[in-house]
Amino acid sequence: MNNLDERKFVLIAAVLFVCAVFILRLFWLQVVDTGWAARAADISERKVTVFPSRGLIYDRHGELLVANTPVYDIMVVPREVKDLDTLGLSTLLNVPLDQVRERLHKAREYSQWKPSEFERQITAEQYAAISVHLYKYPGFYGQSRTLRAYPPHVAAHMLGYLSEVSARKVEQDPYYKPGDVIGVGGLESYYEKELRGKRGVKYVVVDVHNNVQGRFKGGQYDTLAHEGKNLYTGIDLKMQELGERLMRNKKGSIVALDPRTGEVLALVSSPTYDPSLLVGRVRNTNYRTLQQDSLVPLFDRALQAQYPPGSIFKLVQAAIALDEGVINLNTSFACNKSLVGCHAHPDARNVEEAVQMSCNPYFYHVFKREIEQGKDPNRFKDAALGMATWKTYMESFGLGHPPALDLPAAKGGSIPGVDYYNRMYGPLQWAFSTIYSLSIGQGEVLVVPTQMANLAAIFANRGYYYDPHVVRAIGSPDSLNKHVQRHETMVDDKWFPPIVEGMRRVVNEPGGTARRARIPGITVCGKTGTAQNPHGKDHAVFIAFAPMEDPKIAIAVYVENSGFGGTWAAPIASLCMEQYLTDSISRPELLKEMEDANLIATEKNYVKFVSKRRRQ
Amino acid sequence: MNPRDSIIRNMDKPLVGLYLLLMAMGWANIYSAAYDPDHANLFDTAREYGAQSIWICVSLLLGAGILLVHGEFFRNLAYPIYAFVLVLLVLVLLVGREVNGAKAWFGVGGFGIQPAEFSKFATALALSKYLSGLKTLQEVRSRVIAAMLILLPVALILLQPDTGTALVSGAFVLVLYREGLSGNILLIAIMAAILVVLSLIMKESTHAIPFTGWEMHGQYFLIFLLGVFCLLIFLFVRKFVFKHRRKRIYAYLLFAFLGSAAFISSVDRLVDRMPLHQQTRIRVLLGLEYDPRGYGYNVEQSKTAIGSGGLLGKGYKQGTFTKYKYVPMQSTDFIFCTVGEEWGFVGSTVLVLLFGALILRCIQVSERQRSRFTRIYAYCVASIFFLHLMINVGMAIGLAPVIGIPLPFFSYGGSSLIGFTVLLAILVRLDAERLEHLR
Ligand SMILES: [Zn+2]
Repeated sequence: MNNLDERKFVLIAAVLFVCAVFILRLFWLQVVDTGWAARAADISERKVTVFPSRGLIYDRHGELLVANTPVYDIMVVPREVKDLDTLGLSTLLNVPLDQVRERLHKAREYSQWKPSEFERQITAEQYAAISVHLYKYPGFYGQSRTLRAYPPHVAAHMLGYLSEVSARKVEQDPYYKPGDVIGVGGLESYYEKELRGKRGVKYVVVDVHNNVQGRFKGGQYDTLAHEGKNLYTGIDLKMQELGERLMRNKKGSIVALDPRTGEVLALVSSPTYDPSLLVGRVRNTNYRTLQQDSLVPLFDRALQAQYPPGSIFKLVQAAIALDEGVINLNTSFACNKSLVGCHAHPDARNVEEAVQMSCNPYFYHVFKREIEQGKDPNRFKDAALGMATWKTYMESFGLGHPPALDLPAAKGGSIPGVDYYNRMYGPLQWAFSTIYSLSIGQGEVLVVPTQMANLAAIFANRGYYYDPHVVRAIGSPDSLNKHVQRHETMVDDKWFPPIVEGMRRVVNEPGGTARRARIPGITVCGKTGTAQNPHGKDHAVFIAFAPMEDPKIAIAVYVENSGFGGTWAAPIASLCMEQYLTDSISRPELLKEMEDANLIATEKNYVKFVSKRRRQ
Repeated sequence: MNPRDSIIRNMDKPLVGLYLLLMAMGWANIYSAAYDPDHANLFDTAREYGAQSIWICVSLLLGAGILLVHGEFFRNLAYPIYAFVLVLLVLVLLVGREVNGAKAWFGVGGFGIQPAEFSKFATALALSKYLSGLKTLQEVRSRVIAAMLILLPVALILLQPDTGTALVSGAFVLVLYREGLSGNILLIAIMAAILVVLSLIMKESTHAIPFTGWEMHGQYFLIFLLGVFCLLIFLFVRKFVFKHRRKRIYAYLLFAFLGSAAFISSVDRLVDRMPLHQQTRIRVLLGLEYDPRGYGYNVEQSKTAIGSGGLLGKGYKQGTFTKYKYVPMQSTDFIFCTVGEEWGFVGSTVLVLLFGALILRCIQVSERQRSRFTRIYAYCVASIFFLHLMINVGMAIGLAPVIGIPLPFFSYGGSSLIGFTVLLAILVRLDAERLEHLR
């Protein structure tokens, strides 16, 4: 028996051995090999990005221009996928079979435990049909997010759109992660920071079924999301809609401002497109279609088209000449058509008549006196001196530089100056005779429609303007945009009333060029213009404001290839102003005539496009 | 002398202390693993800790009761108790409730009783009684009877089937070894157990033989590996062992190889001949079936939970990985994960050391006995705890195959808690009487 007693040591040794092995193993697992802790975190902890909802955009009466609408992404957690019926899933989600396999493979490669995007942006209606079947596909689930929606379907250029952020932007701005959306063009781009808000991050712990069970470490690493701010614009939705309707089948633009504040009331560029074409999954195909359209509907004519202003330029010429003292209120010039072409009319006996009748030779003389002031005996030097003064005057009218508009990519047009002509002809190689066509708004001068509307505002205000701006308040309707500045022109205020009287006559007196702009019961002041177009029919322009005594709206309408400004541009402006001022249209037959007019020679493409367009 | 005074004075304080300590820790651990703020009450039976609280009370009462019963009672009634448990094991097969594919439970209201857990102390009592009556274990007849005593409940438990609990009976081989069984038999038994588990695991898949491109079915691959192993030993022996000894070693080697091959094939054939659902159950118990995502999922999750605990652990009730059900069976078989995750390396080590201390104390207690019965019984207790510790913790840290047996005092379950309590309480009572034999 004694020899057996030693066997207890074998047993004791075995126990000690096993304990030692366990402790060493535990030491390895828990202290040395940190991979297990990383694996546990990878499996059970999730960084959840809290996307704030993007700010909404309202018109001046609180109507929604841009809203958010829910869509659903189908997510997949590869580890939970069981007995997948690929064919069924392919039919349910309308995804090709090989795509189903490929996406699943990609998701697996990314992570077995974490959800990956499987299919994006399914509309709420489609999702309602899909979701009832989704239970048959374990591991797949829907996750809601929002897309932009445009209840009135207007103002596409002004609003801009959302697009996936580019790789370059991700590199430049650490806020953005691949797959984020960012505003492109229009208000979406200009007010990107305000609209997007600030993303929050939440660290959560999930259980084995991927259900969130709680905050990681009590939320001490979380950051709060800040909601995007709403934009309150000065846009009058009804006028905007009317403007777009009137400009259908025409190329051109309408810009309407409130002269008292500089708020943009309407901003129409035609041809345009339905903003909801550039939302969600159909954005890329639709964008390509729009981009290839021969009428360039993506081009924002209101901000970027630079036209010769034509006769509306005469208003500014008259104001400068009066302020410079080179003419007085009763200066008269004969309508000498040998200097520059004109239409048949009695000679203008004063500035008011000159404006009313838009006499070209009259303003030939006016501009000649502005340029040739006799300050230098040398004719060329004298022209250069006059030109320099003239350009600074022009610039004080908001011309020759981009307006301080809260929209990206606004062009500034062009006011030629001394440098310009020196480059073109050489120093002291040019004089008035070289540049006389500027007198009537032709030649090297270029103006964008927004600047034209601003001119109307200056004459409405009799001498000053506020920076045009679309957004009047950010965040709450009463927090007014503080960055708006008042600008005085260099012309003394006293010279404006006579010119305004001329503008009144343009519309309201026999012999005026824009009688079609009259509004019953409201005194409209305006000025037509026609810009020669070497490529086809002349462009027509009309600027106006109303009512004369207390102007509430200033407007510029530019219609390409429509011939004389009084024919198309004036009535369109008149209808818009009437809509804005009286909230009604008293001339339905005029409205119909304007709506039905088709001034696009090659309009077929656009019609085809419109009928083909798809909505989300 | 008042018998109650004497038992309190004479009982082994370290054993009782370890028992109470481990049970308290176990309860706290289950409370953490299953904690639900809506059911924070310690006795809320809707939660596992609530039920466990009740089982602990029952166990304490039962243990205290046993301490008051004279040891002679257990010595005399060893066989009847054994017979009674056998009857229960037969009954459970006939009228038992089936849970998770095993007919192992008697339903008593909301609570269940697993008679297999009682077979441990019953077999320990019977075996101690039988062996203590023997002079030596050299006779074939006494070996056969001892084996029968052990294997009878094992066979009944395997019918449920509950392979895990059946395997614990392997602990009695250690007792037999201590009582004179040849060490070779122990070695062969261990080898055989390893072969069974290996062949069942490898049966599941085919294996490529390196450099050849051939694929082989699992069990043949295992035989192939053994062959390579034997060949290596053969080459080693031919080079380094004296000539006159070689022949005997060669014979052993050949015998071992052929024996193993035959054993593996027969295990394979036996399993194949089983009904499909039983095959499934065996695979489930080996951790092969649980896992539709590839073998090793459970162990991988378990290791992740334990490994993420780090040096000091995540803190009480902070074990998110186990709490959020990433580890299967985290309040029963894989309860050690909660310890590892929440108390870290320090806590796990303390637990292993406490169990080590319990087992070593049992051996120490055993060796000081003059009564053979008590000594053998104490060894049974030590061996049973040892096997549970080895398999349960070993499984959780990836050193042992996945076999579903509880960690004493930690795993949720009333039957095992009562079983272990009775096992230990009888030992404490018997030990307390050791001085009486001097009289
Ligand atoms: Zn004239």
